[in-house]
Amino acid sequence: MTETTTGGTIKDPKSSKKNKTGTWRTFKPNVDKEKCIKCGKCGELCPEGAIRITEEGAKVNMDYCKGCGICAKECPVKAIKMEKEEK
Amino acid sequence: MEDDLFASGHRACAGCGSALALRHLTKAAGKNSVFTIATGCMEVVSTQYPTTAWGVPLIHTTFENAASVAAGIKEALNQQGKEDTNVIALAGDGGMVDIGFRALSGSLERGHDVLYVCYDNGAYMNTGVQKSGATPFGASTTTTPAGKQSHGKSEWQKNVPFIALMHGVNYVATASIADLDDFKKKVKKALEVEGPKYIHVHCPCPIGWGFDTSETIDQGRKAVESGAWVLYEIEDGNFSISYKPSERIPVKDYLSGQKRFKHLDEDDVETIQDHVDRNWEELKKLEGLDLDLLKLL
Repeated sequence: MTETTTGGTIKDPKSSKKNKTGTWRTFKPNVDKEKCIKCGKCGELCPEGAIRITEEGAKVNMDYCKGCGICAKECPVKAIKMEKEEK
Repeated sequence: MEDDLFASGHRACAGCGSALALRHLTKAAGKNSVFTIATGCMEVVSTQYPTTAWGVPLIHTTFENAASVAAGIKEALNQQGKEDTNVIALAGDGGMVDIGFRALSGSLERGHDVLYVCYDNGAYMNTGVQKSGATPFGASTTTTPAGKQSHGKSEWQKNVPFIALMHGVNYVATASIADLDDFKKKVKKALEVEGPKYIHVHCPCPIGWGFDTSETIDQGRKAVESGAWVLYEIEDGNFSISYKPSERIPVKDYLSGQKRFKHLDEDDVETIQDHVDRNWEELKKLEGLDLDLLKLL
């Protein structure tokens, strides 16, 4: 049992990162690094904040990606494809 | 890249438009901000005890009083000499335009230096898609179910941005997650304004509206491109439309992608198109007018 704090205060900012919401995923984004132009649109539009632009292109943090597919749908050069998750 | 102030690991549904709005709202407001949040989707998904998605202080209020609690926080901070800290009251459409409306109205009237943000996903989504004052005409919800005797919600949306304006508010704006730069610009501008300010941001909801999770931005875009959702701002009474599509797409293109409108017949769609057209023409007439005068009535 977790002991509750007074007023239910949560004192650990951004502790939601402990929740690996990537386990919800049924489809996963696959980034074609050749096609990616590193514009950052996918990262801007990701509701999870799970995409960062690196030197090699868009990098999806699979710990949090829920597989919504917004990144693939909105990518201006169609560099991201959604594929069935295999676990 | 700097870490978000609304962190990953929140429990919003895949493709959530409101969660996206919060990521960018917190980014625009910055670290020197305190938020209150009414009960609703974003509160439930971001503060699952004992974790929080928030990187800035947040108080969860009841459904009714996000605006009142924000007012109290603002006045307390002023007493402590922390006038520079942004105070933002956040609520969904249910928490802002219905259940929290009395608190919003009272807070606006008293003139606290608070930004009120309504993330509008068009119904009480967290409790199972019950209609709110912001649910659009014709939408099927669990309390306005389409059937033999019903074509969905039979009323038009409540115009809360204009109701806010009539309280004598110096900055009022509408926004959409389909244009995040515009949204962030408006948040920053609002926070520069002394006194109360109100922003109403349109946030498509895949679950409640019935569309694929990948289409959240696209649905928001179609709302703006058809004029079903108009982006505008009112600064010191000066009204301006923020984005004018070169040619508005038929509202049918917006409605047809969503299950909540699936039952609508041609007459219904025409009724909505007429309403959207009239609304667009009326709003265009307001451009350049000094709406401050209306506050004097």
